[in-house]
Amino acid sequence: MSALLQVDSLTMRFGGLLAIDQLSFAADEEKITAVIGPNGAGKTTVFNCLTGFYRPTAGSLALHRAGRELRLERMDGWRIARDAGIARTFQNIRLFAGMTVLENLIIAQHNKLMRASGWSVAGLLGLRRYRNAEAAAIERAAAWLERIGLIDRADQVAGTLPYGDQRRLEIARAMCTEPVLLCLDEPAAGLNPHESHELNRLLLSIRDKDRVAILLIEHDMNVVMGISDRVVVLDYGKKIADGTPAAVRSDPAVIKAYLGEPET
Amino acid sequence: MDLGRRAKDSALAAFVALILAIPLVGFNTNQPGGNSVGTRWDWVAIAVAVVFVGRFAIGLLPPRRQGERPPVVSLFLTKHQHILGWIGLGIAIVWPFLPFASQYLLDLATAVLIYIMLGWGLNVVVGLAGLLNLGYAAFYAVGAYTLALTAAYWNFGFWEALPLAGLTAAIVGILLALPVLRLRGDYLAIVTLGFGEIIRIILINWQSFTYGPNGVNGLPRPTFFGLPLAARAPGGGKTFAQFFGIDFSPTQRFMFLYFVTLALALIVNIFIRKLRRLPVGRSWEALREDEIASRALGINPINVKLSSFAIGALLAGFAGAFFAARQTFVSPESFNFQESATVLAIVVLGGMGSQLGIAIAAIILVTLPEFGRDFAQYRMLLFGAAMVGIMIWRPRGLFSLRTPSIHLSDAKR
Repeated sequence: MSALLQVDSLTMRFGGLLAIDQLSFAADEEKITAVIGPNGAGKTTVFNCLTGFYRPTAGSLALHRAGRELRLERMDGWRIARDAGIARTFQNIRLFAGMTVLENLIIAQHNKLMRASGWSVAGLLGLRRYRNAEAAAIERAAAWLERIGLIDRADQVAGTLPYGDQRRLEIARAMCTEPVLLCLDEPAAGLNPHESHELNRLLLSIRDKDRVAILLIEHDMNVVMGISDRVVVLDYGKKIADGTPAAVRSDPAVIKAYLGEPET
Repeated sequence: MDLGRRAKDSALAAFVALILAIPLVGFNTNQPGGNSVGTRWDWVAIAVAVVFVGRFAIGLLPPRRQGERPPVVSLFLTKHQHILGWIGLGIAIVWPFLPFASQYLLDLATAVLIYIMLGWGLNVVVGLAGLLNLGYAAFYAVGAYTLALTAAYWNFGFWEALPLAGLTAAIVGILLALPVLRLRGDYLAIVTLGFGEIIRIILINWQSFTYGPNGVNGLPRPTFFGLPLAARAPGGGKTFAQFFGIDFSPTQRFMFLYFVTLALALIVNIFIRKLRRLPVGRSWEALREDEIASRALGINPINVKLSSFAIGALLAGFAGAFFAARQTFVSPESFNFQESATVLAIVVLGGMGSQLGIAIAAIILVTLPEFGRDFAQYRMLLFGAAMVGIMIWRPRGLFSLRTPSIHLSDAKR
């Protein structure tokens, strides 16, 4: 069986800087794959290639969905989100800060609602078809708000939420696009231990209940080691280790990259 | 601040006023007979004294703390927006029947309505989608000239030309949007500014088609289901007055145009309000808030920008047709940059995104120069002072709080 996402010899060059060098790894269906590495190792660059924000210099990114292979390196960012079903969050949270919590989750269901509104014609006429679709969208949003504990703040402006809530809301927003792969860029950054524990539970429930694969970049080792099924370690744009959390933790190359060479 | 320092501060302000006042009000060339230059030192003294006393008085007020004032006015206005809107509509409907209503006031109200429509249209582009457009008068011109040229070449009436005016403007809007899709912010503003000028210059120079700087006159007014509102019907038909067996008066014509404009403005209002609650409207706001995030959610930014430009241009095209019908004359000079700037000022002053705020801002900005007519040459000064005042007291526009497009309770309708 082929993996959900297959990254093959991915290379990204910015002028003279080789940010990613011949990187290959895979992310499996219904599994949590973590990408870790020291600062500047190229983790976010991998994400940006994957979600269409950068066009890779070389290599291929293949997503297998419903028996079809989609080549992500040839697609626009918004098409990757819409057609390939890859949703992402950002290292520095990018909510629609001036809009309400609920609106954020409704916008995530834009393409579905746009079709239901008959490119606005049915919506303008107030047809039942659109009204039902809108009610269903609110229901889905409400279910997610229950799960992340923000149902009481649904009509509050998103930018006024506390930091931890904003992080969870961004994940819920990504999930409202009904993705097959959820890419999280440092979801635990800036969270306190309690919040990061809650995040672990949320991510595990996304894997087990929604059966959505997760690819995450993270520095918080509690999160990475606690929930990942597989860990890929990058250093200077190269893969230096790839395996289960336990195997990676004891890998000498990883210890060297993080802690440096032991003095002799 | 103690009194001594305050006096020093006021003296400094008075000194600046002195420097400005000497060339601005100190000399007077308007003497009978011509060449002599008079002086008005008393005026200079008054100006300096006013600035000194004013500055001193402002210093005596308790200091305003930034950001600590709860938006009481804004909250009040937003909460009662519905009621205010209905009151406004009520006034608009009875306006022509009020005892003091004259032909002039009716005509002015029609002009206000046209600007309200323009403001609502530009609001889609600037207020909702966050795309700064400095050439909005171009679409307005396209609408007006569509009416003018279809009438001049093919004898189109107002009602045949109206949908065409909107459509042509929308097409021009899409054509402009296509090459500038990658631009944002300042760069987009500059391109749209240039586009506005291009349209105006084409209208001036393409003499053989647009009649050049002389403009087009004798444009058709709207008819009442084919009945013209005139003293005599062309071609021996019946006029509105004859059909209903009443005496003709030119006021009927003004009143009719007013109500037609009001009706279309209402349709535009409902149209935009509905759009805002549809996915397309939310995608405009999402684009304004964060383009990268909306792309990551699978929203095609090209469609979002094209739709907002097209809708904005469509509404400007309609407004342009009404403008042309009101004047029965168009010339390129009606569509200069000042027109774009006025509409933009209406949107910003109204509080970006608020329909009621824009309506109120349009009333203020269009009628203020008119009220000032008694002050002759000082009316633009009055206008400027009023704008500065509004920006000091309500820096984010009259209605700065946004109403959400959807509520959790909406699912249980």
